[in-house]
Amino acid sequence: MTRFILRRLLQSGIVLLGVTLVVFLLLQLVPGDPVRVALGTRFDPETYEALRSRAGLDQPLPVQYASYVGQALTGDLGVSFRSGRPVTAIVLERLPATLSLAITAVVFALLVAFPLGVLSALRSGSVFDHAARVFSQFGVSVPDFWMGIMGILLFAGVLGWFPPSGYVALTEDPVGWASHVFLPAVTVGLVTASILTRFIRSSVLEVLAEDYVRTAEAKGLPTRVVVVRHVLRNALIPVVTVVAVQLASLLGGVIVIEVLFAWPGVGRLTYDAVQARDYPVLQGAILLVAALFLVVNLLVDLLYARLDPRIRVR
Amino acid sequence: MTDEAVLSVADLTVTIGTRRGAARAVAGVDWSVRAGETLALVGESGSGKSMSVLAATGLAPRAARVTGDVRLLGTDLAALSAARRRRMRGRHVGFVFQDPMTSLNPVLTVGRQIGEASEVHLGLTRRAARARAIEMLELVGIPSAADRVDAYPHQLSGGMRQRAVIAMALVCEPDLLIADEPTTALDVTTQAQIVELVADLQRRLGTAVVWISHDLGVVAGLADTVAVMYGGRIVEQGEVDAVFAEPAHPYTAALLAARPDPDANVTELVTIPGTPPSPLELPEGCAFWPRCSVRGDSRCERELPPLVPVSAGHQVRTFYPRQPTGEDR
Ligand SMILES: Nc1ncnc2c1ncn2[C@@H]1O[C@H](COP(=O)(O)OP(=O)(O)O)[C@@H](O)[C@H]1O
Ligand code: SF4
Ligand SMILES: [Mg+2]
Repeated sequence: MTRFILRRLLQSGIVLLGVTLVVFLLLQLVPGDPVRVALGTRFDPETYEALRSRAGLDQPLPVQYASYVGQALTGDLGVSFRSGRPVTAIVLERLPATLSLAITAVVFALLVAFPLGVLSALRSGSVFDHAARVFSQFGVSVPDFWMGIMGILLFAGVLGWFPPSGYVALTEDPVGWASHVFLPAVTVGLVTASILTRFIRSSVLEVLAEDYVRTAEAKGLPTRVVVVRHVLRNALIPVVTVVAVQLASLLGGVIVIEVLFAWPGVGRLTYDAVQARDYPVLQGAILLVAALFLVVNLLVDLLYARLDPRIRVR
Repeated sequence: MTDEAVLSVADLTVTIGTRRGAARAVAGVDWSVRAGETLALVGESGSGKSMSVLAATGLAPRAARVTGDVRLLGTDLAALSAARRRRMRGRHVGFVFQDPMTSLNPVLTVGRQIGEASEVHLGLTRRAARARAIEMLELVGIPSAADRVDAYPHQLSGGMRQRAVIAMALVCEPDLLIADEPTTALDVTTQAQIVELVADLQRRLGTAVVWISHDLGVVAGLADTVAVMYGGRIVEQGEVDAVFAEPAHPYTAALLAARPDPDANVTELVTIPGTPPSPLELPEGCAFWPRCSVRGDSRCERELPPLVPVSAGHQVRTFYPRQPTGEDR
């Protein structure tokens, strides 16, 4: 197991290095001179040259890249063109907002999708099943920003139960955080819940048709045992992957939702960095997202190995 | 050993609702099996062998409508609640299905899968159930059972897996073992070992066995009575020796003729020309009519032949029973 983890960590490191290269090269292709943009109206040739050489932009590309990676390894991702603050600090301070929104949304989605998906598979063809299908169809076809606006109008406007937007850190004021995270999390989570409901339903249906479920029934086990021990244990293995993919994509930040709810997460940061051509910040944000993605993947692989004994032989 | 049947079915009919209409998988089937006895159900694929035992024990698919009288140890199963029927099945009937790879749960150890029925039906603790599973693995001839008990199905060979399934079926010492083509998915050597194992366990435990197979060679050596099924009906039944020595139904005779000769090393199977009827469109008269080599007159096509006695305990469903030839074919 330790070897497995070490190997995966090494692989993740290589992937991350690849990401730095891609990000680095990609930004070379983007039109627009960042230093010019950063200076804006305060432009004067001397400051311009000074800034360029401070950012290392006057060096050849391979040198620029090597020094970028070298510094990144020490945790230094450069400074923001816009604010002059260290990128690492800027990116990391957005992490709690994004993490707490993504995790809350996925937890909410699971709380909805798990019972919905399992029950509609167990009672496939029933009224309940049809209702669940309408729900998930609704969830995947309605745009999330529209749902977000409706949520704000109803729960913040008409009912006044939740603040319409804004962010409070969980560590500072848990109750304030909860009331602020509710609307964006539900908005994002509903879409995820729809996807998961469908997936869980079809996965459970597939397992229900397996021979070993008939074996379990032949043994005269109570329905609850058949469902939990034999059906769900197997049906939920592939669900882990889908949940992880959903979580990973939310960790990249849901730009529309973060903008709509004034949620200061990584998605919002990426958006602003693109607008301002703040390359160091953009690079940092992408690296962070890639790293989170790799961490989630590693956790999924470990979870898989725990859930499916056939994988342990590796 | 009593004279009373462990399991008996009378006029068992199974109709399955499908998108293309009602499929009558089983029609008016009667059979019974006594303690220590083996009943073989034979017939081509799709003749209703599996469905008849699944329906009898309450395992038919949801879309199936089951009618008829089923008695397990004298108890009318239809009169029981679903929960009591389930408990009765788990406690008194053990099942071995065709493919041991797919009939075992891949994410649970074999020990857990063997023991769980004894927890539910015999009230064993989890620890006692594990000990019982080791005992059962020893009983079915799995070496180093104390280690294998914690193995997952994929870690065992095909033969070992089927032994584990047999252990699972017998863990509550059931009165009846239903084996649905238990050797079809195995290689020839392993097949023989599994047949031998079941015969041996049956002798030691006095279990009644319903053995579904299309290997007539195995059936001849193992069964006491045989029921030949075609198109959802029994077309011939009786003592296995009498039926095989003097098959009265053209279908039985054809099946026996199609049996591969174990001495001649022929892999090519002699088959009966034509295909079995679809349960969606069963003919009005004799279901075997389109393929029958005897095919007396138009009555065969129009009328369903009744099941008539040939000799004591030997019955056949044809208008033209083959005459005993006296020679052993
Ligand atoms: N779930 C099902 N839905 C519809 N038809 C079925 C189903 N299961 C079996 N059948 C039909 O019932 C008939 C009997 O099947 P089965 O008992 O499995 O045959 P056998 O075991 O003799 O090969 C077949 O014609 C099959 O097509
Ligand atoms: S009833 Fe007629 S068609 Fe059917 S098996 Fe007998 S002889 Fe053949
Ligand atoms: Mg079958």
